[in-house]
Amino acid sequence: MSIMIEVHDLTKSFGPRTALAGVDLAVESGQFVTLVGPNGAGKTTLLRILATLTKPTSGAVRIAGLDSATAGEALRRRIGFLSHRTLLYDDLTAEQNLNFYARMYDLDDGPTRITDLLEQAGLAARRHDLVRTFSRGMQQRLSVARAVLHRPQVLLLDEPYTGLDPNAAQVLTDLLTKLAVEGCTILLTTHNLGRGLAVGKRVVVLSQGRIVYDEHRETIDPATFPETYRTLTAQSRLTFDV
Amino acid sequence: MRKLGQDWLGIVLAGLSSAALFVALGMVFLYAPREATMGDVQRIFYFHVASAWVGFFAFFVTFAAGIGYLARGERRWDILALSSVEIGLTFITMTVVTGSLWARPAWGTYWTWEPRLTISAVQLLIYIAYGMLRAAIESPERKARFAAVYGIVAFVTVPLSWFAIRWWRTIHPDILTSGEGMAMTSRMVHTLLTSLAAFTLLYATLLRQRTRLERAADALAWLRLRAENEKGV
Amino acid sequence: MNFFRKVCAIVAKDVAAELHTREMVSAMLVFAVLALFIFSFALDLRGAMARAAAPGVLWATVAFAGTLGLSRSLAREQQSGCIDGLMLAPVDRSAIFFGKAIGNLIFMAVVETVLLPLFSALFDAPLLQPEVLLVAVLGTVGYGAVGTLLAAIAVNTRAREVMLPVLLLPLAIPALIAAVQATGRLVEGGTLAEAGGWVRLLVVYDLVIVAVSMLTFGYVVEE
Repeated sequence: MSIMIEVHDLTKSFGPRTALAGVDLAVESGQFVTLVGPNGAGKTTLLRILATLTKPTSGAVRIAGLDSATAGEALRRRIGFLSHRTLLYDDLTAEQNLNFYARMYDLDDGPTRITDLLEQAGLAARRHDLVRTFSRGMQQRLSVARAVLHRPQVLLLDEPYTGLDPNAAQVLTDLLTKLAVEGCTILLTTHNLGRGLAVGKRVVVLSQGRIVYDEHRETIDPATFPETYRTLTAQSRLTFDV
Repeated sequence: MRKLGQDWLGIVLAGLSSAALFVALGMVFLYAPREATMGDVQRIFYFHVASAWVGFFAFFVTFAAGIGYLARGERRWDILALSSVEIGLTFITMTVVTGSLWARPAWGTYWTWEPRLTISAVQLLIYIAYGMLRAAIESPERKARFAAVYGIVAFVTVPLSWFAIRWWRTIHPDILTSGEGMAMTSRMVHTLLTSLAAFTLLYATLLRQRTRLERAADALAWLRLRAENEKGV
Repeated sequence: MNFFRKVCAIVAKDVAAELHTREMVSAMLVFAVLALFIFSFALDLRGAMARAAAPGVLWATVAFAGTLGLSRSLAREQQSGCIDGLMLAPVDRSAIFFGKAIGNLIFMAVVETVLLPLFSALFDAPLLQPEVLLVAVLGTVGYGAVGTLLAAIAVNTRAREVMLPVLLLPLAIPALIAAVQATGRLVEGGTLAEAGGWVRLLVVYDLVIVAVSMLTFGYVVEE
């Protein structure tokens, strides 16, 4: 099993505030990892650094063997990113949105891929409608299509279940399961513990910029885990280097 | 974080600039000749030109500091940039005010679109815009980065504005002030150079103080943050 | 080639979005016409005075209307986090700059295409000469380029769109003076050669400002 995502001693500071205080992580190819943690733990920061949307203060990130500092462009080709924001243009139709991204990712089979994904997302009938007219659930489904359009090897999801009703959430979970089976490496963040345990094969807990827990799902007892989680994420002392 | 000890450089600079200012003042009022057409009012010219020069130089420092920040990402470049803007703003304001004060008795109007005065007014507007930009951003990292970019782009337009304004005034000269080309005697040149030197030293002194002040503020913020965290907030 | 195609993709996306809503261009046009009227009333522009004031009023109007479009264009990328979508694309950051800038230029050009004949008629000034169009193109390129950069900054501030005119206008002074002077000369019946100095200044301004904007844009969008 090769390592798909490699994070080595990653730190990120915003002025005096430290968001990530030395994170080491290795995710194998095809693994489905859930990153849980309270708000402000650094989950979004970590994910954005992995997606090359933010530069780390120090440390290294390698995805598919590509270093984010030197091979950013090639790296971005391999990753898909989904957050609670849709990254879709309200004033364009579903098809135009996907077309745009297809061009930005140099897709050879753009039109067929788009039709295929729209079918899968159940949005084929609405392909010529402006995204602004879509419901939240529909927008998220389209956003997922956007994220996987270029067949990324790695899928990064930042709180993707935000604002989704149970139906839409199930659709997302089903899709992620399917992608995991197909060999996609998935890293998903959530502050919802139940959700974190429901999906994913490996659970990592992030608290105050550090990884405090990292186990395979099978070894976790859902009954006792909430208590463990609470203890792990209680406010701990941080030392500042002044 | 380094301790901010006794500031020997600051003391030396303060001493030097005080001395230089005294000398310059003396030269402006006692050594420089009384100008033929405008009389004693013309003596403002030395302060006016000196502050214009320093104002522009401060802008250049901000430009260079901006490049430094983008290249290195270190806070000290940002401190240099923002300090230079503040002080430059003061000098440029002095330029505009002295220019206006000079214009009234010399040409009967409070404002002339004379190139040097106009370009100083333009720089004043840019300085203010820079300050407003910094004030409108919360995140310190973004503030520094955006300000650096603006400082660089803005500075680059100043020489272009200068040429545009010069040519514009050549084509449409201000009837009131045309023929203001003063013949500079050697005494006037000496006085001007001394004023320039004095004001530049003053700029350096103030810059030193302002950067140290900002570093102290940074240290205070760090300590506050540490104290809050140790309280277990 | 790849780069160029992606720049085109960004331009096409902006044009498509504008075709759906038309809100940016219409806002710019309405504002420009209103400004035109206000200037005319405020400065009491009639006859020879109108003709003399035409270049100044025209370019001032374009400058102010332009800030509306520039702000709106960059604000579009902020909605739904779309700027992240652009940043995630496997392409150099400067492609985003060129894509947005060219889009903005197109929208400003559309507005100017309406304004030039309008001004010509209302101010009785011969603005529809190819030489004036050249000046318009040159001025718009520089203004649009630095405007795109500064709009990207402004849209990330507390004051948002309001910040842009404050940042942009002082930097546009060389282009504004040159455009007004050149247009003025041409309207009075001068040749392009006579306005040559101003045209050269515009070219230099454009080269410098496009280069600097392109080089620093990456620092604005990269966190």
